[in-house]
Amino acid sequence: MVPIVLLGLLLRVGVGLYGYSGLGKPPMFGDYEAQRHWMEITYHLPPIEWYFNTTDNDLMYWGLDYPPLTAYHSWLCGAAAQGVNPDWISLGASRGHESPGHKAFMRGTVLLADMVTYFLPAIVIMLTDNRIFGAPCPAPMTVTGYALITYPGLILIDHGHFQYNCVSLGLVLAACCALFYRRDVLAAVLFSLALNYKQMALYYALPIFMYLLNRCWCERERNGLPGVLLKFTKLAFAVSSTFLILWLPFITNDGSNVLQVLRRLFPLSRGIFEDKVANFWCVLNVFYKIRPHFSNEQTALISGIATLLAVLPSCCHLLVTADRRTLLYSLFNTSLAFFMFSFQVHEKTILFAALPALLLFEVEPFHSLWFLTVSSFSMLPLFIKDGLVIPFVALTVFFALSMSVIAETKNVDILERKRFHSSLTVAFKLSMNLIVFLTGASLLLEPPAKYPDLFPLVISAVSAGHFGYFLLYFYWSQFKSCRTKEKIS
Amino acid sequence: MWWKIFGLVSCIKLLLMEAYKSTDFEVHRNWLAMTHSLPLNQWYVNDTSIWTLDYPPFFAWFEYFWSLAARLVDPEMLLVSNLNYDSRATVFFQRSTVIISDIVLALGAKKLSHYLCAHPLRKSSNQNHKWFSPSTVFLCLSLCNAGLLMVDHVHFQYNGILTGLLFLSIGEILEGNHELGAFYFSVLLNMKHIYLYVAPVYGVYLLRNHCWIEGKNGAFDVKKSLSKVGRLGTIFLLTTLVSFGPFIVHGQLFVVLRRLFPFKRGLCHSYWAPNFWVLYNIADKVLVILGRRLGWPLKEIRGSMTAGLVQEYPHTVLPSVTPGITLLLTVASMMPCLWKLWSHPGNPLHFVRSLIICAGCSFLFGWHVHEKAILIVILPLCFMAVLWRAEAECFLVVSLSGLYSLFPLLYPPEMLFVKAVLYLVFISYSFNSLQNLFRSRHPNSSFQFPLLNSFETIYAFGFSFLFVFEIVQLHKLSRLVSAYPFLYLMATSFYCSLGIIYGISRYYWNFLKTAPWKRKQKVF
Repeated sequence: MVPIVLLGLLLRVGVGLYGYSGLGKPPMFGDYEAQRHWMEITYHLPPIEWYFNTTDNDLMYWGLDYPPLTAYHSWLCGAAAQGVNPDWISLGASRGHESPGHKAFMRGTVLLADMVTYFLPAIVIMLTDNRIFGAPCPAPMTVTGYALITYPGLILIDHGHFQYNCVSLGLVLAACCALFYRRDVLAAVLFSLALNYKQMALYYALPIFMYLLNRCWCERERNGLPGVLLKFTKLAFAVSSTFLILWLPFITNDGSNVLQVLRRLFPLSRGIFEDKVANFWCVLNVFYKIRPHFSNEQTALISGIATLLAVLPSCCHLLVTADRRTLLYSLFNTSLAFFMFSFQVHEKTILFAALPALLLFEVEPFHSLWFLTVSSFSMLPLFIKDGLVIPFVALTVFFALSMSVIAETKNVDILERKRFHSSLTVAFKLSMNLIVFLTGASLLLEPPAKYPDLFPLVISAVSAGHFGYFLLYFYWSQFKSCRTKEKIS
Repeated sequence: MWWKIFGLVSCIKLLLMEAYKSTDFEVHRNWLAMTHSLPLNQWYVNDTSIWTLDYPPFFAWFEYFWSLAARLVDPEMLLVSNLNYDSRATVFFQRSTVIISDIVLALGAKKLSHYLCAHPLRKSSNQNHKWFSPSTVFLCLSLCNAGLLMVDHVHFQYNGILTGLLFLSIGEILEGNHELGAFYFSVLLNMKHIYLYVAPVYGVYLLRNHCWIEGKNGAFDVKKSLSKVGRLGTIFLLTTLVSFGPFIVHGQLFVVLRRLFPFKRGLCHSYWAPNFWVLYNIADKVLVILGRRLGWPLKEIRGSMTAGLVQEYPHTVLPSVTPGITLLLTVASMMPCLWKLWSHPGNPLHFVRSLIICAGCSFLFGWHVHEKAILIVILPLCFMAVLWRAEAECFLVVSLSGLYSLFPLLYPPEMLFVKAVLYLVFISYSFNSLQNLFRSRHPNSSFQFPLLNSFETIYAFGFSFLFVFEIVQLHKLSRLVSAYPFLYLMATSFYCSLGIIYGISRYYWNFLKTAPWKRKQKVF
């Protein structure tokens, strides 16, 4: 276990040597500058001004658009930066600051956040007995833990491109751990914290709500209806008090402040997707231009309905058969459905679908590995932009190769040839070759002058096709997995 | 198995491409340029760059071979006058050449691991396990060695291919193909002459086990023996002739040799390699300070030996050391080992042990030793470490201190955590896998590492203080440390030298006292 954790650290530190988003690209720079700017804003201004456009806080220049917990984290990092070198965050004057020392500091903050919020629950998973997922003989889930720690997408985005996804994903992971161990109230609190770090954690909200609802209903057998009510009240109290504490500084008499924060979190004006995203709308847009035909409000409504339709069957199924394995399937299906159909999706959001896929690794090794590889690949245009191609290749090959070696030592056929038809193995190999080819092509070939965005678009379309298949497959196995269990019992 | 481990570690090497690179990167770029754009008779003469060619001719050919590919990547790097040129393509290309030439290392390690599979020297319950068998552990320890990663893939050198040749040579000798083994070693010597230090082992072992033929009545057969010596000599001479021949034709033999053996350098490299002379230097310093207190009549000290330059330093109290003395000490320290090797023929493992010991002796007593030379001790030791517990214990101590002693090579602040994590990953893997291999009982107290005694455990913990010292030094957190910038380097070489001297001596002692006929071991 110690070598695995250290290996995870090595990969992170190694990626940290490379560039970050917006390196040397004035005037707007990139996510690195956004995070630095938030440290500057939160440290120097009172909380009431954080989400408002004021003389000191220009919302057009990387205005804060994540929930309060992100802001508090930025404040904490800002305070640390103030202690080390106040020039890094001096109000206004520090815009676009770049220096080796500052880079080391910023990388250090991500590493620390990763260690505290993501590695700890991953270690808990590593020590967890896999019998809680219905495995026949006792064994710790070391492989899942290993996958969680070495998954390339998350490392590249957090430690290369520069973001703090590890915090919200880590909190969700911790909430899942708590659910596995039947600590429902703790799970509710942890999940509320994750929601308050990144609003994208909302992707998981429905399945977790359904699961907890079912858990409440289960109290009926022991304590009857009062037990159900008591448990529900406890959970509701835990969630609402977590929210109340976190939002306290923004609550004013008329509530306008809260509304402003919400407007910042859910920007309707930014369109249905940005850049090229491997989802349904982006592919549809190739054949049928959405923007000229529908207003932003209309597209929001349409995408909302589409998402709901894609999500509901999985969630309702979870409500009826709430076991841990179905929870994971449902978490995956809803988050991927959100990624495919919801409004204002970024390419990085695929990480939220990757987390349940990682947890499903021991149940679905073949499809999980396939999905995880494609998910890293779908962010390739971003990595090319940030100069992260070498670490992308290194980490992805390392991950895929090491997973197959580990499966081999455990006498597991990573291609699950006995379970699936041989055409699926062929499809997998074709898909891997396609990935290698597209990576090579987008690095070496010049796109035709007429279509400068050809390769990002092709990469998005190919990934979106894959994701569509994975959504169908995992939906199918969610419903199938419990039926096989019924047969066994 | 071997190619999977090689593939995995190649990914890590790829990841380290962006890391700091030392002046050795420019050294090798210059050699690429010189071998490509200058005629043969200029290779060892040209001094446009201060980094003149000082490896034997086969290495120059190796550079020439790569320069053919370099032309396609970025022809700018092949201009001799283009000093300190490091475009992105150049860095990518040169880093890739190291990664690709490590295939030789992988082949050598594969050879040795096959030997371990085919001759189960020690009955191990893990023999057929995929991950925990001795052969796989050896593959991981050698291919993923943190020392090689730090020196080759960060600092920039080509030790991988050289070690690969050494492994191939050892593998052939273990299997009894002495002539092929001797050939590989001759090639190795013609790529980097530092391996001359272990040449006596080859000499003694091959003379005794290959050339020494006894007739039917047990008497020494002079004729057959001499013909064997002749064959071996021909192999060595022919290889050397191919390598040096073109330069002899140009009448440049002595020009080349002068470049290969520069005796103008000082006893210690700029940063003291952690060997015996560190203790000697420090003893001198202590005596000077003591002498000042007691009012001894002392000469004035001119240059400080910690000034950080490659220069000669006159000792003040203790007698100054000359190259002759170091050579004498090195040879004298090798003698018992070579005698044992001569007097106990028929055990090829004794050959590997002697190789390790002689490399260790030359590291401890040699003239102008580089800290990187410890790799010549550590890498063959990986092979022995998976065989016997006592050797695994020595391996751990020598690795702990020898790999830490490479830290000052990667001095820039951004490398601080990279090197620490590399070191820790490797050390923790070594402890885990070797403990598993030898089923060592769990240590009595929780403060004891597996396979180490409590004294060695305390020593191992000491490195964390040394690391804190480095952080303090780098970030100038303490005024005392800033006032003496070389204090950290001195402390590192002193502390590491303790472990290395202890580890090598213990290994030496174990070797001398083994009585092979009492051991239940069957080699063939």
